[in-house]
Amino acid sequence: MTIAETMPKPRRNVELLLLMLALSVSIGANALISVDEKTALDTDFWFQSSLLAVAALVFHVVLRFRAKYADPVILPIVVALNGLGLAMIHRLDAPGEDTGNNQLRWTLIAMAVAIAVIWFLKDHRVLRRFTYISLAVSALLLILPLVPGISAGEILGARVWIKLGPMTFQPGEVAKITLAIFFAGYLSSNRDLIMLAGRKIGPLQFPRFKDMGPMITAWLVSIGVLIFQRDLGSSVLFFGLFIVMIYVATSRISWVVIGLALILGGGFVASKVFSHVALRIDGWLNAFTEEVFGRSPGGSGQIVEGLFGMASGGLVGTGLGQGRPNLVPFANSDMIIASFGEELGLIGLFAIVLMYLLLFTRGFRAALGTRDAFGKLLACGLSFAVALQCFVVIGGVTRLIPLTGLTTPFLAAGGSSLLANWIIVGLLLMISHTARGPVDTTPLQPAGAPEAKKPGRAPAAGRPGRNATQTLPDAPTEAVKQL
Amino acid sequence: MSELTITALRFGFLLLLWVLIFSIVSAMRRDLMIGRKAATGAPTARQVRKNPELAEPPPAPVKQQARQLVVTEGPLKGTTLPLAASPILLGRAQEATLVLEDDYASGRHARLFPQGSRWFIEDLGSTNGTYLADQQLTRALPVDLGVPVRIGKTVIELRP
Repeated sequence: MTIAETMPKPRRNVELLLLMLALSVSIGANALISVDEKTALDTDFWFQSSLLAVAALVFHVVLRFRAKYADPVILPIVVALNGLGLAMIHRLDAPGEDTGNNQLRWTLIAMAVAIAVIWFLKDHRVLRRFTYISLAVSALLLILPLVPGISAGEILGARVWIKLGPMTFQPGEVAKITLAIFFAGYLSSNRDLIMLAGRKIGPLQFPRFKDMGPMITAWLVSIGVLIFQRDLGSSVLFFGLFIVMIYVATSRISWVVIGLALILGGGFVASKVFSHVALRIDGWLNAFTEEVFGRSPGGSGQIVEGLFGMASGGLVGTGLGQGRPNLVPFANSDMIIASFGEELGLIGLFAIVLMYLLLFTRGFRAALGTRDAFGKLLACGLSFAVALQCFVVIGGVTRLIPLTGLTTPFLAAGGSSLLANWIIVGLLLMISHTARGPVDTTPLQPAGAPEAKKPGRAPAAGRPGRNATQTLPDAPTEAVKQL
Repeated sequence: MSELTITALRFGFLLLLWVLIFSIVSAMRRDLMIGRKAATGAPTARQVRKNPELAEPPPAPVKQQARQLVVTEGPLKGTTLPLAASPILLGRAQEATLVLEDDYASGRHARLFPQGSRWFIEDLGSTNGTYLADQQLTRALPVDLGVPVRIGKTVIELRP
């Protein structure tokens, strides 16, 4: 038995291989959109493709240096999704529009920020110190779009943007990360308190009323977002994030019951009181009636045209660049899933949904593997936020639930969303590095090991324990061989 | 470009998408093996319901409850701590329930908590690890009466 067999492998070469495949998907998509036009494979195309490829490879090299044991499939999945989004946005650009290049610029910025997070943060446990600071930052970020002067005003019925020089930015996207950090820090220190006390009613153990404080706060925050920013999607996202994190922390189903009751109650009242919520729900239930279809604002025209687009795509799609997804309003942002449904068909759309699913499972795998409660909760929360966002958007586009204005992670046009999601990827990669690193996956050690170690040694996250290999049992199990 | 080439490229791209997905899944397959290896210890209630053979033999009916925690080795040797219904934090930090004056222990080293009628020990990401009967903890495990738990140079036991 060699030492290499007992050590968890970094598997960075697997990542490089998958990354090549992901890049060929991205660049292939970009090539196909204009394959029978004059502009096919011109210098612009090669310039954009090589920029994306170089950025992805730089990210890969950084992982080799800083997070050697990070999950090898997260980066390829994200690069493939981002590349598909870039190609589709580029394809939907009318002559003279520049959304595609703008998205490429934001992709590069977002990847640079994610690299910086990995390079400078090194260990996610540092974030635990910022528990209450990140609560304050989240509050600030959520209030910013309402402050006159900074606010970009009401765009498309929602007040979620701020002005940043010539650009606009959606601070709510970043707030989901800071909120996840706060929930993870708060719940990992206080879960004993929340978990132990409580009264049992039927099969459920309900928490004490005074432990409900954080949940009431989270509920008020999401109701506030709904009322003042008129943003139904973010409101659902923040509250869903909190319910899941408290459920993961305490494993009490009663929290989910209470949370769902609160959200249904709040949603029912909101649909009676606020016209924008009522219009969304009407546009969902009665999408195909003529008056609802043509109504402005709040008609169902966008959803129905998206459905028609996907229907014309059928099983295999019209082919990239061959369909007419630009007939749908906001085809490159809110409705980009419908655009993919039309041009790649059901088979292609399922591939995209599966990529999200795989990304989500890798996030949870990192949460299972990491040893500290804070890291577990953070990885769960972040990957669930991405999954919930996908559900809300794809469910809305396919008319499973009312359409709300959330962005499709990595695909939709929009810089703030890209930036926030790449930061999430950076954090997940870092957590998976500690989860898959040598300490956690080495088999149980025999006695006598603690004397050999010195106190005050750096947290062993990145360092193989040398004495572990000498005292291992002789025959490796099947599982260890497969490592 | 001819119609045929475009159709070929179209289906080729869908194929490429799924090749990517299947490569990712096959790269992940090895990881699942680690998962199976790591899933030792007590099975969850749901696993037991599905596979009755996983259920541990029920504990002896007249089993004594742990009532105190005793330090049997290390700088604090001889210290006892009565056990109530609340979890116990072990470590060098001042906020710990049992403050260990042990250079080999971390600030927040391990957590001892009751669940049902048993006490469980969980390592809180300590530097030198926590050992239950000479096995390093990788997850929370139940602590039986008289089984030594080693934290640095300190050894504790639960007593009736």
